[in-house]
Amino acid sequence: MNDASLNGTAFSMSAPLAGPAPEVAVSNDMVKRGLVVAPLLIAVCGFIWGLDGAWSCAYAIAIVLINFALASGIVAVTARISLTLMMASILIGYILRLGLIFLAVYLVKDASWISLPALGATIIFTHLGLLVWEMKYVAMSLAYPGLKPSTQASKK
Amino acid sequence: MEAIVRLIAATAPVQTPDEIKAANAAIGAGFAYGLAAIGPGIGIGFVVGKAIEAMARQPEAAGMVRTTMFLGIAFTEALALIGFVVFILLGL
Repeated sequence: MNDASLNGTAFSMSAPLAGPAPEVAVSNDMVKRGLVVAPLLIAVCGFIWGLDGAWSCAYAIAIVLINFALASGIVAVTARISLTLMMASILIGYILRLGLIFLAVYLVKDASWISLPALGATIIFTHLGLLVWEMKYVAMSLAYPGLKPSTQASKK
Repeated sequence: MEAIVRLIAATAPVQTPDEIKAANAAIGAGFAYGLAAIGPGIGIGFVVGKAIEAMARQPEAAGMVRTTMFLGIAFTEALALIGFVVFILLGL
């Protein structure tokens, strides 16, 4: 399907999406918050699993944040080209990113400083935690645009 | 035929119970990761497909749709990451 006729208007699937890339803003927010909570997470993992846990936690946080940045970058770049390319690159990018995460873990699995339980737990909790944290702000912004932090900051 | 069976028996390595357990763990971990990646793959396909349909219907709402789509993709991907963590804890 190259062109779709919807509501009486033709929409080209090969047309680029104009405007700013919101996913980059979302990803930047999550990366900033991830960096803010990273010392706390590292301290908790260090307390539970020792020094190896702290290093593994830092490595896992880096994996999660790079994964977010990569995902948003893929969407932002391909949306400027065409919707079809965006869809294809999201699906292929999913496999590629899983492969990169596997590679990143596989390369350090026998390292002396790695603690796999700490790594796994941090990957899951950081990923889900940052998403839930961001979703709260996105949901508030969509329902009540006046509550957007940027809007409040611009009023001051 | 008997000669082939005898040859296989002679050349096949003897497996200890620990080796068999490790092999089964590796097979289980591979299945866990593979199956855990299939579901989110289908889910991301649905999310992106519906998002593109929404953007095609209402191009003026593309920004909001893209934000929601990105969060949906990331949430769906969390399932694959959970499968990956099970994989690394079981058999990496």
